[in-house]
Amino acid sequence: MDNSKRYERLLERYKNGDLDRRKFLGLIGAAGLAYGLHTPFAKNAMAAAKEVRFDGWGGVVSEAFRKHAFDPYTKKTGIKVVDGTFGSGDEYLSRVKASQNGEYNIAHLSGVFDYARYHGLGLTSELNEANIPNLKYVIPKLADVFRGITDGKLSCVPYDYGTTGLAYNRKYITDEEMKEKGANILLEKRLKGKIGGWGDWRTRIWYASLQTGQNPNGATDMDAVWEALRTHRDLLLKYWSSGAELMSLLAEEEIYVTEAWSGRVFALQEQGHDIGYMDPPNGFGWQECLFVIKGSPMEACEELLNFMLAPETSIAVAEGQNYPPALDPTKVDLGKKIPTLPAFDPTGKLSGLTFADPNYWNGNEQDWSKKFGRIQKGY
Amino acid sequence: MSIETREARQPWILLSPALTSILLLLIVPLMFIVVYSFWLRTATGADQVGFYLDNWAEVLTDEFYRDILLQTLWIALVTTGVCALMGYPAAYFIARSKGNKAIMLLLLMLPFWISYIIRTMSWINILGVSGAFNSVLISIGIIDEPLQLLYNQVTVILGLVHFLLPFMILNIYVSLEDIDINLEDAACSLGASRWQTFLEVTLPLSLPGLAAGGLLCFVLGAGTYITPVILGGPRDAMFANLVFEAIITQLDWPLGSVLSLVLIAVLGSIVLVYNRFLGMRQLMKGLA
Repeated sequence: MDNSKRYERLLERYKNGDLDRRKFLGLIGAAGLAYGLHTPFAKNAMAAAKEVRFDGWGGVVSEAFRKHAFDPYTKKTGIKVVDGTFGSGDEYLSRVKASQNGEYNIAHLSGVFDYARYHGLGLTSELNEANIPNLKYVIPKLADVFRGITDGKLSCVPYDYGTTGLAYNRKYITDEEMKEKGANILLEKRLKGKIGGWGDWRTRIWYASLQTGQNPNGATDMDAVWEALRTHRDLLLKYWSSGAELMSLLAEEEIYVTEAWSGRVFALQEQGHDIGYMDPPNGFGWQECLFVIKGSPMEACEELLNFMLAPETSIAVAEGQNYPPALDPTKVDLGKKIPTLPAFDPTGKLSGLTFADPNYWNGNEQDWSKKFGRIQKGY
Repeated sequence: MSIETREARQPWILLSPALTSILLLLIVPLMFIVVYSFWLRTATGADQVGFYLDNWAEVLTDEFYRDILLQTLWIALVTTGVCALMGYPAAYFIARSKGNKAIMLLLLMLPFWISYIIRTMSWINILGVSGAFNSVLISIGIIDEPLQLLYNQVTVILGLVHFLLPFMILNIYVSLEDIDINLEDAACSLGASRWQTFLEVTLPLSLPGLAAGGLLCFVLGAGTYITPVILGGPRDAMFANLVFEAIITQLDWPLGSVLSLVLIAVLGSIVLVYNRFLGMRQLMKGLA
């Protein structure tokens, strides 16, 4: 029954004398109020199906997405892609937590760890994989990690991967010294004041585990880890907080060694800086994904993911950000540049990379992030 | 309605848009923060609704928070002192200048046209290992190796002074402009030297401006977040950095709320003490 019919019946009941005038006018008024309140929000809800919001890291990645995925997608479907950016995954999660259901749709997130955090907060959706045929090109191992968290289902598609290894200035540190010392180069007294470090508690604890000879996904002697973190802090010039800052510190020779993101180091090498990069044994491997947040228009998002996973889009984005795509090199020709990128695995098996175990890291997040925050500040 | 009643209502009617904005954009969000401060963060990052005093107990009893708060107040105090020492001569020069004051004030405001973050980052190019300062010293042979000047408490204070100095100068300038120049002439004609005149006439009369500038610099300095992130070293965090970490990195909004409220309470108390003894009039003049 539509609203016009309801009003006609109401009028009829009033004319028949079933309703007094006060009650009739009251019901009409209430209907008007409800319509007035409902309409502006209903309009937004309707509009949501006509646009999809995507949030990512900005820069060259956004440009590649716009050119190869968003514009063709809008042309085909008529659905507009609203393109937003964020500075860090933590900042983005705070925004999502503060948002209304459906306000944010797809995000280019880092790590399996973040995927598990979103799942823990009840923000995962369920993708219909039949709507994403390009998913068949993705390295199975990358998708399987996500499936393990969400009961065999996916709330994201894997998109790229990389490592957080060791970057060093070859003018001051030789390749041989790096091979010999590995992660312990970050505790080298000779380099005091010339050592950097990412102010991310997970990375710090991962490397402290390596420095104390422990499994980064299962350290048992945490006192030794905290002590290694303090030693590192006392030798450190600065905790860096963004890729741009990392590149600036290395390029300006403010620091000679730090752990660093593989793609950023490749960019420095492309610029002509003599910066070496090395993944120590059990170095930190990670992957990024395109995550669909609960409450999003699923079919529209799935179609957009399919556009973004298309080999030409994935390869363009990978070449822009210097991280290998999640596409299986045994199924897709990845061109000339990608095989030269750090962390690239031509076999598509990724057996050389160690990824963070989400259960281990999530289970300790609350205590360790706080503990590291204190150590970082001198305690 | 009588004329008196109407006249009594008029200011409230005129003030109502501003009061509504303050209510909706300041008081209501602040109340949300107060409510949040009694919740807890669960292991998954979700909030546990209820009335818990755990976060308050932690923040008020843990010396870590106390030490960072004291460090923050110390940095803000030193910054304010440096701003006062540097700002007074500049404000005096502008106020007593016979040149075009409007141009000088415009030059003073010019840095505000550039983003605060960019202004802060500019120090990296000046004081960095391959920055202008080291390059000049090396090129004229004073040093062989670049000096490590960045990423310590001194550079944090330097960045804050760079940001806050115009606020101090403007407040002192407004105060100096209000002083009747004949008072200084009278002091001189009665035998006081120029230095005595300054110490016993000009300085006391300009103290309200100095205090207003000091309050602004202190409050803004103590609440800063970005300067220690860009120019500070591992041990130079300020209280606002703890708020950021709790809310963004640890997703612990209840703890972040408590930290925010503690900072608001401390800075609010300082403003109240200032208002009790000096009043807000001079501050308003300076801001105008």
